[in-house]
Amino acid sequence: MQDQNEILPHLFRTEYRKITAVLSKLFGLEHIEIAQDIASDTFLQASETWGIKGLPENPTAWLYTVAKNKAKDYLKRNTLFNQKIAKQITYEQTSSVPSGWEDIEIDLSDRNITDSQLQMMFAVCHPSIPAEAQIGLSLNILCGFGISEIAAAFLTNKETINKRLFRAREKLRLNDVKIEFPGTSEINKRLENVLTTLYLLFNEGYYAAGSDVTLRKDVCLEAMRLTNLLLESKITSQPPVYALLALMCFHSSRFEARIDSQGETVLYQDQDELLWDEDLIRQGEYFMNQASFGHQLSKYHLEAGIAYFHTIKTDTKEKWESILQLYNQLLIIEYSPMAALNRTFALSKANGKEAAIKEAEKLDLTNHHLYHMLLGEMYTGIDNHKAMGHFKTSFELTKSKADQRVISKKIALLSP
Amino acid sequence: MKDFLLIFRAEGRPGPAPSPEEMQASMKMWMDWIGGIAAQNKLVDRGNRLLSDGKVMRPGQVITDGPYTEIKESIGGYTIVKAESLEDATALAEGCPILGFGGSVEVREIGSM
Repeated sequence: MQDQNEILPHLFRTEYRKITAVLSKLFGLEHIEIAQDIASDTFLQASETWGIKGLPENPTAWLYTVAKNKAKDYLKRNTLFNQKIAKQITYEQTSSVPSGWEDIEIDLSDRNITDSQLQMMFAVCHPSIPAEAQIGLSLNILCGFGISEIAAAFLTNKETINKRLFRAREKLRLNDVKIEFPGTSEINKRLENVLTTLYLLFNEGYYAAGSDVTLRKDVCLEAMRLTNLLLESKITSQPPVYALLALMCFHSSRFEARIDSQGETVLYQDQDELLWDEDLIRQGEYFMNQASFGHQLSKYHLEAGIAYFHTIKTDTKEKWESILQLYNQLLIIEYSPMAALNRTFALSKANGKEAAIKEAEKLDLTNHHLYHMLLGEMYTGIDNHKAMGHFKTSFELTKSKADQRVISKKIALLSP
Repeated sequence: MKDFLLIFRAEGRPGPAPSPEEMQASMKMWMDWIGGIAAQNKLVDRGNRLLSDGKVMRPGQVITDGPYTEIKESIGGYTIVKAESLEDATALAEGCPILGFGGSVEVREIGSM
């Protein structure tokens, strides 16, 4: 049984977004603020009523009933809205001549809640919206995060986030984005957009060093929850979705181990593997198996494969050979500087340092601090003078205090 | 950046078929080489291997088997890369496994339409 003080925040997290999704779908995405206001009002009323009368028997059902009534009240009160929107809604629902707001059915069944949220995901991840704004909108609409929480997650201020979300909503309006599943011919392309956003959302939580650790973890969990939601529908439960969820499980299994008590990043080789979450690793393996039907080999399959091998701490030649080949394939599908650097590290483990140095020096990444960190590592023991030079360049290029500390240690080890 | 076609040529390999281990080792060499080009963000299209069976059509409906009656080396495959110059593109061919089998890599700039 949950603590009385925790129940409302908990319900807010789980139910606010459901009510918003269902009402937005009903009203149309251009009226999303109205849907959000009604959902907020519902929780306000809950906090006032429950404070005096105590918890209702079924708090979720109570919230849904109040939200339905508020929605109907809104339609009744707002004649303009009533005339323009309600007619359209009743028309769509009954295909008969509308008679007014009384006929509107507000469907808060599990099925409609799941569908509305999934369809909302496709709307928010519309290709016309910039990636950053998609992540912000997702946190706000799909995860029920407040503006200040989103600002904290992005390490920026509320005003910036407000502007960003406002512009994103304008875009949705201008492009007449609907809360619906894309057509069958479009679904895979649009699903790719959704997965990209979820992947970025997860990374925002996983890599955003400096912001609040609990918040970061919440962002990761939300990204996983939304990915999981995609698996609940036949339309969207595709192999890349399973692969992405596997990737998220493998990564988050190291969440506790990779951040120390000061919120600083702990490097992979320095992590205490007893802090790795075995359950999440098992779940990752399960989703990985689920991902292997069909003929699709997405970048998420490859990244999940790489992440899987990182859950095995023991270094073997076979492990690094597998990682190298996965990086080769990943880079063939999609280049990224991080993948190029990591591939070179795997190459040094699988084919030896000399071969890797030769390859590393072909990479045009000389203004990237991790590039010099990598070369520093590889030259250590081969040419310590060169190694020192690269570590020093790396130190100058990074702004992160945590990175600087790590590099300082490496330099100290090399100094006579 | 301009696109270049890398054409792999090799002599038809006589003798026994390679063992699975040899095939595995050869595949790794190709993957490491292509992966190295991709890591430089210079891969456009990994291309394809070509099977050895082929026919050639000549004027007057003269059809012969395979291209290698007159040319000793046949095309075994191709890859498309991007580079600033022909020299840079040629440098990418370094380490191509075909060179280790006595083959060659021909580098040609792809003309824009």
